[in-house]
Amino acid sequence: MGYEPQADFGTPEVHSDTLVTLTIDGRSVTVPAGTSVMRAAGTCGGSIPSLCATDSVEAFGSCRMCLVEIEGARGLPASCTTPVAEGMVVRTQTEQLARVRKGVMELYISDHPLDCLTCSANNDCELQDTAAEVGLRDVRYGYDGANHLGAAIDTSNPYFDFDASKCIACSRCVRACDEVQGTLALTIDGRGFASKVSAGQAGDNFLSSECVSCGACVAACPTATLQEKAVKELGKPERAVITTCAYCGVGCTFRAEMKGEQLVRMVPWKDGKANRGHSCVKGRFAWGYANHQDRILAPMIRESIEDPWREVSWDEALAFTAGKLNAIKAQYGARALGGITSSRCTNEEVWLVQKLVRSGFGSNNVDTCARVCHSPTGYGLSKTFGTSAGTQDFDSVMDADVVLVIGANPTDGHPVFASRLKRRLRQGAKLIVIDPRRIDLVRSPHIAAQHHLALQPGTNVAVLTALAHVIITEGLADEAFVRERCDWDEYQDWARFVADERHSPEVLEAVTRVPAADLRAAARLYATGGNGAIYYGLGVTEHSQGSSTVIAIANLAMATGNIGRRGVGVNPLRGQNNVQGSCDMGSFPHELPGYRHISNDAVRAEFETDWGVALDAEPGLRIPNMLDAAIDGSFRALYVQGEDILQSDPNTHHVAAGLKAMDCVIVHDLFLNETANYAHVFLPGSTFLEKTGTFTNAERRIQMVRKVMEPANGGLEDWQVTQALANAMGLGWNYTDTDEIMDEIARLTPSFAGVSHARLDAEGSLQWPVNAAHPDGSPIMHEDGFVRGKGKFIVTDYVPTDEKTGPRFPLLLTTGRILSQYNVGAQTRRTANTVWHEEDLLEMHPTDAENRGLKDGDWAKLTSRTGETTLRVTVTDRVAPGVVYTTFHHPATQANVVTTEYSDWATNCPEYKVTAVQVMPSNGPSEWQETYASWSEKSRRIHKVAAE
Amino acid sequence: MDIDRLNQMANQIARNLAMQGEAQAVDATFQHLQDFWDPRMKAAIIGSDRAGLDPIAKAAVERLAA
Repeated sequence: MGYEPQADFGTPEVHSDTLVTLTIDGRSVTVPAGTSVMRAAGTCGGSIPSLCATDSVEAFGSCRMCLVEIEGARGLPASCTTPVAEGMVVRTQTEQLARVRKGVMELYISDHPLDCLTCSANNDCELQDTAAEVGLRDVRYGYDGANHLGAAIDTSNPYFDFDASKCIACSRCVRACDEVQGTLALTIDGRGFASKVSAGQAGDNFLSSECVSCGACVAACPTATLQEKAVKELGKPERAVITTCAYCGVGCTFRAEMKGEQLVRMVPWKDGKANRGHSCVKGRFAWGYANHQDRILAPMIRESIEDPWREVSWDEALAFTAGKLNAIKAQYGARALGGITSSRCTNEEVWLVQKLVRSGFGSNNVDTCARVCHSPTGYGLSKTFGTSAGTQDFDSVMDADVVLVIGANPTDGHPVFASRLKRRLRQGAKLIVIDPRRIDLVRSPHIAAQHHLALQPGTNVAVLTALAHVIITEGLADEAFVRERCDWDEYQDWARFVADERHSPEVLEAVTRVPAADLRAAARLYATGGNGAIYYGLGVTEHSQGSSTVIAIANLAMATGNIGRRGVGVNPLRGQNNVQGSCDMGSFPHELPGYRHISNDAVRAEFETDWGVALDAEPGLRIPNMLDAAIDGSFRALYVQGEDILQSDPNTHHVAAGLKAMDCVIVHDLFLNETANYAHVFLPGSTFLEKTGTFTNAERRIQMVRKVMEPANGGLEDWQVTQALANAMGLGWNYTDTDEIMDEIARLTPSFAGVSHARLDAEGSLQWPVNAAHPDGSPIMHEDGFVRGKGKFIVTDYVPTDEKTGPRFPLLLTTGRILSQYNVGAQTRRTANTVWHEEDLLEMHPTDAENRGLKDGDWAKLTSRTGETTLRVTVTDRVAPGVVYTTFHHPATQANVVTTEYSDWATNCPEYKVTAVQVMPSNGPSEWQETYASWSEKSRRIHKVAAE
Repeated sequence: MDIDRLNQMANQIARNLAMQGEAQAVDATFQHLQDFWDPRMKAAIIGSDRAGLDPIAKAAVERLAA
């Protein structure tokens, strides 16, 4: 499409079953009751000038530009704050209105720079448009009076400027920060003529304030007051393409606004059903990595990881790689080869990688990053409900009365969903947080959790069992729901188990450290507070009992009838953008796409017929097992697309040993990541801006990713590279475009049966299952019954982790992420987001810090039984005594040097959240850090040879 | 394959299924190994002396070997 601003109806959409018909400028209009006159006018093609109104925030009624005449009404009411009424007759264009509007406009322009031709918003400015619309030709007051034209420009934010001289004090930015983002970082300081937008406290600028750089204020600004630096530098975009963000599992859709092949800005798409026009600092601004100088654009190979890299042509790289893979297969057998799919790549690309492994390599040794994040979700929810996915769409939270957040930090990990959640909480929904840390959600502006159960890390199952104990023993279960929807006998077994006195909050308090009274109150609130919705993250899954915890959550939802309708449900907040999709596409070694076990002869036969090759009927290796087998000598080659297992996976020494033991490691990525230090082949990848395909977000929503520029690696999208490798191995694939791959996915995956790119183009998005039973998709799951038939209660006993604290390692380390960085930081570290987080820090309670003589900012050595690293300390009571916390975004720290091989019993998801450690003062990097830095530098040497 | 690691994994599975009662837990542990373990992992634990296995895990491995 060409460049057109997004439609703005002035005030938010209203949902009502009651319709109202009125007449606007002689046209009959029917809209839901409660709709503003302004919006009603917009829906029938009319336009009422306005400055303070925009449809992302509630009406404010300050600018007086949107006045209208209403028959029978006195004066000139503001159309933005006036709701429609049956039979109302409205006139929006009259002589009187024109005179008043022009007069108001004169006042605005009398204190506004007249630099339109050189202004960054020229031809994209609502003030300019409105001046033209009202026909302003002169300002009777002149321009010499008191004004704000000399106001300073705040350039502190790396992505946008605040030019107060252009501000018209419409408060749209303030209201966007309040209502859309929910941070309340902005305010109008002063009164009358002295009114000005202010970020934070006196003396703050945008960077030092509470502003989280979501961009909502910039999007809301009608002038160039809040303007992207990129627009100031590059000018107005000339075209816009709708695509999907490549960061977290919220799956925000954006307009990639372009000039030729130059991306000017990413603007959240108002029609996006996952984000509803909102964004976070990563998706909105942190896309500079796409053109970063560190990107590797030519294929490279080397015989040994001790050698420098050698740039070669694509043909030579593919022939070298295929030769190695075929030779290893011939010598060691098919099960010596495997691959890792990427949750940062599209469904179509993931599909081809797993197909290459299964049909080309000849094994089921395919796994994905979900192994280390949400594999327990797949296991737990498939056992209890019958589907490996969350039950709700994001909109559902607006119908929740009680929200239970366990092991998730939405404001940092899933910020756009968090904004929606906070909006619901401000409306009055109650909040229970179960987390060892006092995450921001526990207490933030206008939000306070009713209960924060700050449990001891590793005791999730004990806490959930205690919650269930209260619900059962106090008669709070919804037995009518259970009798109708679940297996009654299994429920009774479970109820007997949790009702045992040993599972009471009072008995378990010694284990969980959660005061029994608090836990009882939280259980009562969840069970009796109306619609109860559970949202959870990696604080649930990344434990030795991750799968048990997911099952315990499902039990709780079923027992209270909180499943199968809007406002309730079990909602895993997925980490990476396409982690749901990569799981759907058959990335696990035991199952084919659509979560069907590889040993199922009928299912396997479908694939064998379609692909024309026999498939191995035995499960393959999971990532940690691949590394074990590599050290053992039976696993020799690995194709890694878009993952950095050396940095992201636990026990770095073990990962390195496994990679080092392999004969051929192929890294297909944007950058020479840490895994590439142990690779023999580097295949340059393409960014999400350079490819076409689909991502599936945490609400099972399948959305298009659209290419806006040619791949910088010589023109190959990642699916084309995988196809070229398959063909170099002799497989004879001939996909000409990604829609053909989606057609194959739909043909072989029942939950995707009704999905095609053409349909996604037409409808925007679809939530699986999309099939004969659900032709238009499934925003809410299990509405008429569970996918597996009867909901299954499974008893989950608390089994303490084998990871124990003791005299040597007296503290518990738990790891996580922060807002500005993403996963291993490969993308966000290569953007200006580093201004907010340039290194991993260790959070430590004041008591623990004092006992060790550590002060804020000191270097500390973090040691576990697997390794040690050093990082700086942040002293905070956000963590409990005995608990320390850090992130894993920076390779110089590599927190996973200290995490262990302990993992979830059912899925081998690593126990990142519980590592026994010691922290002591340090005066420099650890020996490992120095050794690794030296190795890394050596391994990244490149002999530049002109490629063909 | 590192047999200590495999034993630890099998014991952990068995421990988390133990509350089902011994007979069911053995069934469930056996099925879990069958469904999720790669053939070389199964072969390694079947071929081991099984001394490091808890009773439920040991019974499950014995069924796997049968």
